Amino acid sequence: MSLSTEDVAKVAVLARLRLSPDELQTFTGQLNAIVDYVAQLQEPDTSDVEPLAHGVEVRNVFRDDVRGPALPREAALANAPKRNSESFLVPAVLD
Amino acid sequence: MNADLLKDATATALLAMLNAGEVTSEELVRGYLDRADALKRLNVFVHLDPENVLDQARAVDAKRKAGEAVGPLAGVPVAIKDVLCVEKEPTTCGSRMLKDFRPPYDATVIVKLRQAGAILFGKTNMDEFAMGSSTENSAYGPTLNPWDEARVPGGSSGGSAAAVAADLAPLSLGSDTGGSIRQPAAVCGVVGIKPTYGRVSRYGLIAFASSLDQIGPFTHDLADAALLLKVISGRDERDATSVDQPVPDYSATLDEKPRSLRIGVAREFFGEGLDPEVESAVREAMRVYEQAGATLKEVSLPNSKYGVPAYYIVAPAECSSNLARYDGTIFGHRAEDWSPKHPGEEDLHPLVRMMMASRAEGFGAEVKRRIMLGTFALSAGYADQYYNQALKVRRLIRNDFDAAFKDVDVILGPTSPSPAFKLGERTADPLAMYLSDIYTITANLAGIPGLSVPCGLTRSGLPIGLQLLAPAFAEENLLRTARVFERATDWHRKRPGLS
Repeated sequence: MSLSTEDVAKVAVLARLRLSPDELQTFTGQLNAIVDYVAQLQEPDTSDVEPLAHGVEVRNVFRDDVRGPALPREAALANAPKRNSESFLVPAVLD
Repeated sequence: MNADLLKDATATALLAMLNAGEVTSEELVRGYLDRADALKRLNVFVHLDPENVLDQARAVDAKRKAGEAVGPLAGVPVAIKDVLCVEKEPTTCGSRMLKDFRPPYDATVIVKLRQAGAILFGKTNMDEFAMGSSTENSAYGPTLNPWDEARVPGGSSGGSAAAVAADLAPLSLGSDTGGSIRQPAAVCGVVGIKPTYGRVSRYGLIAFASSLDQIGPFTHDLADAALLLKVISGRDERDATSVDQPVPDYSATLDEKPRSLRIGVAREFFGEGLDPEVESAVREAMRVYEQAGATLKEVSLPNSKYGVPAYYIVAPAECSSNLARYDGTIFGHRAEDWSPKHPGEEDLHPLVRMMMASRAEGFGAEVKRRIMLGTFALSAGYADQYYNQALKVRRLIRNDFDAAFKDVDVILGPTSPSPAFKLGERTADPLAMYLSDIYTITANLAGIPGLSVPCGLTRSGLPIGLQLLAPAFAEENLLRTARVFERATDWHRKRPGLS
């Protein structure tokens, strides 16, 4: 298959990445080369093969539903790009 | 202190001197700090706080002097890949996105190192978010290979490999998602181990591809590797994917001859694209094993040719999910200006534009490429064709290993298809870069352990690595089998001619 610049622009929005027009052209070419390369994954017959998501068997691990220690608010906010005394500050979400 | 002490020094030798009172940890650390200063041009460390490491060393010296029990790495510096969280220390993943990030907690491996008495000796350079095979994709610029400063140290743990190769620390930790420990170990002439998936806790390892990532050691020799691997291994309730398996005392059994020496030679590891000097060194290693009484048997891993394409769907898919958290809201870089700049952006919500602008400024090209590839592979209409198919191929790759390990104990081959390449040589061609890990990637997809040991030098003096792979949780036998080669050769004693 072939990815158009419109396809890549749509993926960029889904991935939350702003691309300049030049970057859009460059990534379109590179992603097409990679998608062409990975097309060989269609070669083997996998009709009876179960997908393998982990190299070792992984099962759900449940813990007791008991509240444990949490990060103090100051530590949780310490790496915030913008904050006030008790919250993360972001652009208004509601109009 | 005699500066020559640090050159060629192994952790095992330094521990013997520390325990005998011939040197203090503070003296050692001062020596390593001086050497780090003198070799700054290699760009190995992205953060190194002399006062902090000296304080750690003095604390260990005081304990030792007081006759208190000290841990198995007491007083020995360990350099840490900048992908591992160290409480209140800069942890940037080689990225602008995290340039001001100071984690509020230690990774489990860091807790274990502290308990063992190790000195946390700085953070090492790496490919941004561990994506790359050359340590050129770092916001801090590339690390130089100590053997040839015009060449890359491999990646993504190139800083940690170069730290040991250049004797800037006797031990270091890296992470391996598709070969990022073994490949830089090979091209820097040191030992590197990727443990079985689940053997070492990933808690506090900044995630790239969670089903593939694994933390492991870089060392000069296998005795040091056994020592460090034992310290960092074990089940951790904070990592649901860590496995409850007993951790053998690798050091205690390292010099025992393996119960059997049945070595598989995968014909797919000797195909097109393999450098002739690398092939020659690996075939010489096979002769060394035969002389040691090993039985060599050709094995086939027919689906390994799909390893790189499967990896470049699975890893980006997981990376696109893991890196979604870096959006400039609760941590990480936030753009100052997110007003519409390009056609179509005016229709987007300001919060979305803020995230897009922040991620565009914070991430480098390789990270963006992989996030977009993963987002595409997981998107509606394509997930079955790409992601699910890659997971099915992953099963075929795992089945190949399971079948091969019915007849052999380990599988042998080259670690990297070529010696260290020149800086900038592959940066414009992502596919060429991706093929640097062609022999290492399948072990990550299958979850099995692998290691690289030095096995030769090219005519121009560049290191060559021998890769050994073993069944899941067979690290003890893997180390012992590698030790057979190490005892018969002296490649692990070769050092770059740094001045």
